[in-house]
Amino acid sequence: MSEHIVKSYEQELSTLDSKISQMGGLAEQLVGEAFDSLASHNPTRAQATVASDATIDLLHRELEEQVIMMIARRQPLANDLRQVISVLKVAGELERVGDLAKNVAKRAQTVSGETHPKGLLTGLQHMTELASRQLKDVLDAFAARDAERAMVVWRKDENLDAVYNSVFRELLTYMMEDPRNIGLCSHLLFVAKNLERIGDHTTNIAETVNYMTRGTMPEGERPKSDITSSTLVSGPLR
Amino acid sequence: MDMRPDPLVMMTSSVQDQAPKPVKVAAKNVNVYYGAKQALKDVSVDIPVKAVTAFIGPSGCGKSTFLRCINRMNDTVASCRVEGLIQIDGKDIYDPALDPVQLRARVGMVFQKPNPFPKSIYDNVAYGPRIHGLSRSKAELDEIVEHSLRKASLWEEVKDRLKDSGTGLSGGQQQRLCIARTIAINPEIILMDEPCSALDPIATARIEELMAELRSNFTIIIVTHSMQQAARVSQRTAFFHLGILVEKGETSQIFTNPTDKRTQDYITGRFG
Amino acid sequence: MTDITSGEFPSSIRRVEFDSAESKARLRGRYKSEARFKAYGIVALVITTSFLLALLTSIVSRGVPGFFQNYLVTEVLVDAAKIDPQGKGTPEALRAGDYSAVARAALADAIPGINERQLKKELNGLLSSGAGDDLREMVLANPSLLGQRIRTPLLLADQADIFLKETESAVRVFADTRGSATPSATTGDITILVSGNDFADDVALIKAELVNSAVALEKNIALRAGRGASAESLADLKAQAAELRQRAAGTASETLDSKTASRLVAINGGVVKVKEMTPTSVRGDVIVPLTTTAEAAPGTWQIRVYDRPEADRNMNDRAATFLEQLKSKGLIESKFNWAFFTRGDSREAELAGIQGALVGSILTLLVTIGLCLPIGVLAAIYLEEFAPKNRFTELIEININNLAAVPSIVFGLLGLAVFLNFFGLPRSAPLVGGLVLALLVLPTIIIASRAALKSVPPSIREAALGVGASHQQAVFHHVLPLAMPGIMTGTIIGMAHALGETAPLLMIGMIAFIVDVPTSLTQAATVLPVQIFLWSDLPEPAFKMKTAAAILVLLAVLFLMNGISIWLRKKFERRW
Repeated sequence: MSEHIVKSYEQELSTLDSKISQMGGLAEQLVGEAFDSLASHNPTRAQATVASDATIDLLHRELEEQVIMMIARRQPLANDLRQVISVLKVAGELERVGDLAKNVAKRAQTVSGETHPKGLLTGLQHMTELASRQLKDVLDAFAARDAERAMVVWRKDENLDAVYNSVFRELLTYMMEDPRNIGLCSHLLFVAKNLERIGDHTTNIAETVNYMTRGTMPEGERPKSDITSSTLVSGPLR
Repeated sequence: MDMRPDPLVMMTSSVQDQAPKPVKVAAKNVNVYYGAKQALKDVSVDIPVKAVTAFIGPSGCGKSTFLRCINRMNDTVASCRVEGLIQIDGKDIYDPALDPVQLRARVGMVFQKPNPFPKSIYDNVAYGPRIHGLSRSKAELDEIVEHSLRKASLWEEVKDRLKDSGTGLSGGQQQRLCIARTIAINPEIILMDEPCSALDPIATARIEELMAELRSNFTIIIVTHSMQQAARVSQRTAFFHLGILVEKGETSQIFTNPTDKRTQDYITGRFG
Repeated sequence: MTDITSGEFPSSIRRVEFDSAESKARLRGRYKSEARFKAYGIVALVITTSFLLALLTSIVSRGVPGFFQNYLVTEVLVDAAKIDPQGKGTPEALRAGDYSAVARAALADAIPGINERQLKKELNGLLSSGAGDDLREMVLANPSLLGQRIRTPLLLADQADIFLKETESAVRVFADTRGSATPSATTGDITILVSGNDFADDVALIKAELVNSAVALEKNIALRAGRGASAESLADLKAQAAELRQRAAGTASETLDSKTASRLVAINGGVVKVKEMTPTSVRGDVIVPLTTTAEAAPGTWQIRVYDRPEADRNMNDRAATFLEQLKSKGLIESKFNWAFFTRGDSREAELAGIQGALVGSILTLLVTIGLCLPIGVLAAIYLEEFAPKNRFTELIEININNLAAVPSIVFGLLGLAVFLNFFGLPRSAPLVGGLVLALLVLPTIIIASRAALKSVPPSIREAALGVGASHQQAVFHHVLPLAMPGIMTGTIIGMAHALGETAPLLMIGMIAFIVDVPTSLTQAATVLPVQIFLWSDLPEPAFKMKTAAAILVLLAVLFLMNGISIWLRKKFERRW
């Protein structure tokens, strides 16, 4: 793509990209940290994680302001318009991702005193890894303006949903086995849900990347396998 | 007060325009030469009836040349030669049997610089109907003048000074007077060659508002250098570059997702 | 979001300093050159203005007296015996009457006692040969005047008129005479004895002049002797010098001739022209008879001196004396010379007027404008708006431009060859003059009209075409009215050019001496500039004055035309 005649405009557009990558990096890091603080029963670390979400919020506000300013000053058109609007949307998604990670960290703080069976976190770890990779991939796709790669992410969200289903079942099972687990497990259930939501935001970002580069919304329904809304585990109590 | 058309209205209207409108002007493989220099290469475009079509492109891209082909204004340039077919309602306008002066009474034109005749406001508007014999009496002529000035939303401002000189009006008023003068001969098509380039933003907004109203009665073709203006007023946009019609399509598509890289580069301000 | 992305501006590039010596010097230089330019402009303007002023003052000062004429206003006996001796009373008889005799009789009444033939002739010469013309008109208009005494102005001859207008021939009067004077007779050759030596100064002056002449002669002799001239050739000159010396030294009476200042003695109601003079007596011829030979007391008689010698004047002492006499009686009046505008040309300067030339000019210009305006404007419109741009029209354009630069005399030759010789049109006629001037002015009008048409902005044409006007409608409805002020200006300037043109009219015979005022286009006529040219060639000083006056009239007409063009332009501009 050739350069803009107005250099400062070009610079502003690249600033948008770099701020998104900065935000994305922070969000990725936050997700990892939140899970780590959960796994390591470290309330201090969890607290630090909660605190660092503020940075994401700050970046989000900055981006919003810049985008508004650019619309007013530059009246972007065509791909510039799509980029500016996409940045606004992606920033919103990332801010939500940050919020969800923060929520995970908060719950990590709450449950840091509880002991839990080792196997219980394996599913959640898997989910975290998947969500982090998805987020990383979609941000790379954003930076590279690679719609194809973004669509791969979009489609792969199914995997995260599948893991979420199994974690959901697993946690329900634990709760049925031992009612003392209910407190811990319901928190973990929300953690799992948060991770699943992060995946959904990632697909939104993927759609936005697709729009930004191709100018169209992805065709067809996104493959989904989150069936938790219809899942019921019949427990031994019954 | 924002005089620009409400974006929501624009959105809905552009959605309505999705329904294909009948073609008013059809150009097929139009080539225009000024002496040995080719100004337009193989331009083919269909212009829908009762809609605003915008021609955009860098200076010297041939958009004004093409506009002037539609009312054969290029005939007045001795070195100009037009090849290809341009039809209005299926009738070839370069048919030797067709009188270009009559054609221009059917295809009115508004120019870049407001150019009222140095006569009274009344005479400016009445001139066209007079020479074409469109009125049978003074009363009828008065009616045409009032109607045209109302249509051009100038009536309220000038109704008490119709005998004053048209050149004494402000730039924006002069341009609306020129539009009223064009409307007075009741053309089917109104060509506008950068009608707002000499006007301030408020006057521009008034003209744009006028275009939005006029398009329910007339087919309007506008050449403009302002992308924003093209985006605001038109339903369809055509992008010219170096004498070639690069891209044409729905305005909403051209300005958000153009297909051609040259269009993209031009409307985003990336032309070297 | 900074806007600067390019590198630093090189610091080696300097900036304008306010206080550095160099920039101050540069500034001074700039101011100086600007002041210099301004000074050049002012100097040029002053030179132009002073030339113009000099020209105008010279013409005005010479021309204005030409608009006035001196008349002898006196009692005239409209003598029936002289006008209508047979007493018929018919207009024919009245017209044939000798009105000059009536005028002469009135003059004789004004200065009585002049009986000598020569003197009588001089006296009558003061009146114009047309002095009776106005009288004739009066009597024809009102036959009842016959036999009555009326007070009416009688036209003076041009020389008398000039003499009265020119100050350099004015008389110096010495009235405070010291002695009493006694004339020997009342008429003829008389001697006047003076008790005081009133003439001593004059005689001394004359003697001094004689000495001066002798000294000059002696110098001349010495010069010639130095060059080796023979003694015989110098002897004559030496004798002359000796004689001058002797006259200067002697006390014998001095003779006055026509090469020295004239001296006259006014005494006892009469005037004597001095021929010889001693310090205490003069001898001379009586011009105006004295009333008595009685002794005139000191102060009652005068010595009059004309410093300009008689030989250098158009009027001799006698005629001048008569005029002075008439003037002192209050019978001379200067009036505005309406006849200048109502008479045709004449050989007599006091009778010559410019009406013929003025009417000739008007008729000629009518023909010119009648041809030029339609042809020129239509040609300009066609060339500018409709003609295809090709080699042929280009050639025509170039030739029109060339035509504007052709010397005007060539058009005269063309007129002579084509209109007179080929078409056989009458010579000297305003019709032919107008045709020739039309040829001359046509290129100017075409060029001016084309420029005016070109200056109409193309946006107006486009506007008209844009509402479906045809090209011709656009031109005639919009472009032409807008160009009209320019075309008018061009036309009037062209007409002014034509009005001032002389050379081509000479070629077609408009230089003839024509007395009658032309009444038709084919009658022989002359025009103002040619009339001026004709008059300027005549030797009479009165005609020089008339020339300047006619130039003033021509200038006034030209100013008027320019004024009309400005007025028209303003009027048109207001309308649009």
